[in-house]
Amino acid sequence: MRSIIDVRDLSIEEIDELIRIACDIIDNPGKYSEMCHGKKLATLFFEPSTRTRLSFEAAMYELGGNVLGFSEAQSSSAAKGESVADTARTVGCYADIIAMRHPKEGAPYVASLHAGIPVINAGDGGHNHPTQTLADLLTIYREKGGFSGLTVGFCGDLKFGRTVHSLINALARYEDIKIVLISPEELKLPSYVKRDVLKKNKIPYVQTTDLEDAIPQLDILYMTRVQRERFFNEEDYLRLKDSYILDPKKLVNAKEDLCIMHPLPRVNEISVAIDEDPRACYFKQVLNGKYMRMALMLKLLEIL
Amino acid sequence: MRVDAIQNGIVIDHITAGRGMQLYELLGLGELECPVALMMHAVSGKMGSKDIIKIDADIPVDLDVIGYVDPGATVNFIRDGKLIEKRRIEMPKMLTNVIRCRNPRCITSVEQELDHVFRLTDEENKVYRCIYCETKAKV
Repeated sequence: MRSIIDVRDLSIEEIDELIRIACDIIDNPGKYSEMCHGKKLATLFFEPSTRTRLSFEAAMYELGGNVLGFSEAQSSSAAKGESVADTARTVGCYADIIAMRHPKEGAPYVASLHAGIPVINAGDGGHNHPTQTLADLLTIYREKGGFSGLTVGFCGDLKFGRTVHSLINALARYEDIKIVLISPEELKLPSYVKRDVLKKNKIPYVQTTDLEDAIPQLDILYMTRVQRERFFNEEDYLRLKDSYILDPKKLVNAKEDLCIMHPLPRVNEISVAIDEDPRACYFKQVLNGKYMRMALMLKLLEIL
Repeated sequence: MRVDAIQNGIVIDHITAGRGMQLYELLGLGELECPVALMMHAVSGKMGSKDIIKIDADIPVDLDVIGYVDPGATVNFIRDGKLIEKRRIEMPKMLTNVIRCRNPRCITSVEQELDHVFRLTDEENKVYRCIYCETKAKV
């Protein structure tokens, strides 16, 4: 029984295959519309999420399957003190596949050990969010035609941003990638990610605090939100939340084919004035996420 | 200083000087009712100084704990006053319920029944990470 807890659970070849399937779904949606007929996805969301839960549900409906689940811990047996393992084992009796979000790191992994059906990590605290990374990879692939030779900038909260860590992990396996890390001192990429991922894979990278200075060299600019829920201290959050705001002025020297990405939701770090710029790709990411989740569920259910 | 030879039991030898107490605590030797000797900074021809633990009883010892605290230590199994086996202990690939994950965001912080399991992720630098949240263990 295969589960996906971390994007590193997938080889480059498997990711390439998922991208190929997702692109085929985009080109031939009718071919896939009944492939999950009779299958049930359980969405177990122990903390609020709009995008990810709806994306999983839409993905299963578009494959002809059904969905059951809950969208907050209070409406599950967790409110009565049930363990993740017991919840997973129970749901494994009803559904064919689980998508799980949980505020505690490692909870989907625990579920995967007990469910008896595939579990997809739909976000575990600040730890992993593999399907967001798959959405990011499909977006980069569709906008740039591949991954090699790209200079990818990450901006904002690089310390707590799980999407950043995950995407860096995934990109580090491709050749000829350059990384630019743009953040305030307090939110720099953790040293273990630099050491275990960037240095280990010999990925050239630079760190800077200056967004405008870094922009001209970038093929991809991955913006992130400074997340209130990752701080223990409200004062630190308020001091750092407006550190980097992307507006049309900052894009003056950017490449014409720059791809601006953001895992969403945004607060104010990308001005709405950029939304109509052809370089804004963050809503394409949302759509790509659904296609990659469709591809992933088809593979985990061993339909393809 | 002399500690008598044991008849049936275990001698953990070649412990890096100063680590004996940590090993004593993690192995729970203070809870045993049999004779246990911890000698610290004993003179060693090879190591200069070393710690030694002698347990005078035929009890199971978690070798993973020894491999975690001090890979390279040796364990001598004694029966009827004779050495029957000498084993050099390597770092274990997995550690179960030897150390606890300190990450307050880890699932182990709220689910009391879960085993605390750590995986050896970097042998050279002796790094263990929690299998759930990947937090590095404090050695």
